[in-house]
Amino acid sequence: MGAGHAHRLYRHGHSPVHRMPPHCKLAAVLGFVVVVVSTPREAVWAFAAYAVLLGAVATAARVPPGFLLRRLVIEVPFVAFAFLMPFVVPGEQTRLLGVSVSVPGLWGAWNVLAKGTLGVAASVLLAATTDLRALLLGLQRLRLPPLLVQIASFMIRYGDVITDEMRRMSIARRSRGFEARGVRHWGVLAKTAGALFIRSYERGERVHLAMVSRGYAGSMPLIEEAPASRAQWSSAAALPLTALAICLLGWTL
Amino acid sequence: MSLNFVPSLDVRGLAYAYPDGHQALFGVDLTVERGERVALLGPNGAGKTTLVLHLNGILTGGAGTVTVAGLPVAKAHLAEIRRRVGIVFQDPDDQLFMPTVREDVAFGPAAAGLRGPELEAVVRKALARVGMEEYADRPPHHLSFGQRRRVAVATVLAMEPEILVLDEPSSNLDPASRRELADILRSLDVTVLMVTHDLPYALELCGRAVVLSDGVIAADGPTGALLADEDLMRRHRLELPFGFDPTRKPATR
Repeated sequence: MGAGHAHRLYRHGHSPVHRMPPHCKLAAVLGFVVVVVSTPREAVWAFAAYAVLLGAVATAARVPPGFLLRRLVIEVPFVAFAFLMPFVVPGEQTRLLGVSVSVPGLWGAWNVLAKGTLGVAASVLLAATTDLRALLLGLQRLRLPPLLVQIASFMIRYGDVITDEMRRMSIARRSRGFEARGVRHWGVLAKTAGALFIRSYERGERVHLAMVSRGYAGSMPLIEEAPASRAQWSSAAALPLTALAICLLGWTL
Repeated sequence: MSLNFVPSLDVRGLAYAYPDGHQALFGVDLTVERGERVALLGPNGAGKTTLVLHLNGILTGGAGTVTVAGLPVAKAHLAEIRRRVGIVFQDPDDQLFMPTVREDVAFGPAAAGLRGPELEAVVRKALARVGMEEYADRPPHHLSFGQRRRVAVATVLAMEPEILVLDEPSSNLDPASRRELADILRSLDVTVLMVTHDLPYALELCGRAVVLSDGVIAADGPTGALLADEDLMRRHRLELPFGFDPTRKPATR
């Protein structure tokens, strides 16, 4: 149970990282990313050290490297952009594997690649060890505007319901001999999208009625209150603080 | 206890027209005594839903009064009215809007200010009354339709309502879920107003029935006698299903 009911990025487990309160993890990842981004790009060794830090977290969370690497694929479009930079950025030229490339471009590409990969890896680790629901609770405890958290939690709750509705409409279309082929059929698809919007809107109204009927008055009652202990905060802070030390070294060396 | 002499629900001369001019209710009088289970029968478009939305003050502004256990439905004490009147809506996907069953059942009591172990106890008790304790941590959209309907009943029971209002409780249920829900409803020690056009279900569960037709109460009496009056039923578009003879099965229980 459990694992099958969660989102695809989540990896069910009972490691210390899984058990850490979500708001601590969120704050730690945010701190880590800020530190990584403010590291000078010339301090190549610092980025290697960051990677080692993330590796240590992954080991503690028992997230296998293959799992992590597969989920890093989401970064590919940004990588493609980074690979263009050595060819399009003007500046001092150098030769690399017989091709003329620009030095500032190369540094720019490295900068995007290294910081991007580390940021994505940290987020993937967060998502792999934190249930979506817990993430939302974490955001709520970090005092994110409640309206945003409510919208996000309704998205999770009703995503499946609306997808299902969409699938049923598609089956109904196909049962009456309609296959979407080419531009001529876009009109039909657009109307379906419109109908889906109206249905979802009406469902929204009914859900609101149900909420009001149970005493909703504009804010969600905070049901689970589990404040993080000092020990949990300090173990979560280990990642961004170590990274900060590396970053400061990177600036001074 | 003197409270026992105050009816759970007292509707006097309720009339209502929607803002677009469509008049749905033309003077409804209805009294439901404490502990009674009453079926509200009526064809589609008779004004059943409009009446239900008046019971907890979602619709107001027409003529007439609604009183719940002596407390008039008015702006000043809407929160208390909504705690006393538990409405179970027809589509459990509208009723269950929180990410997990536990949070959904906790929503009403938490909105009323309950916290911590007290809240936990209320949730556990409500889930136990509908036999859904072991599903507390599941997301509602991963339950079967019958289970969702039972949880929807629990979300309302958690608020210890004076009167339970069920909108089409048997719709979309398979025969086993239908029977399970009937068992649960019979086991509850609470006043029930059941809006339905499932006539056998009304006969099985409710000793008394009222027929709402064209915005007025057209008949009020023992369910068995009303259903046996073929002429009356036909006049209000409430034909008995094929093979169902209300006179052959005594309306006991």
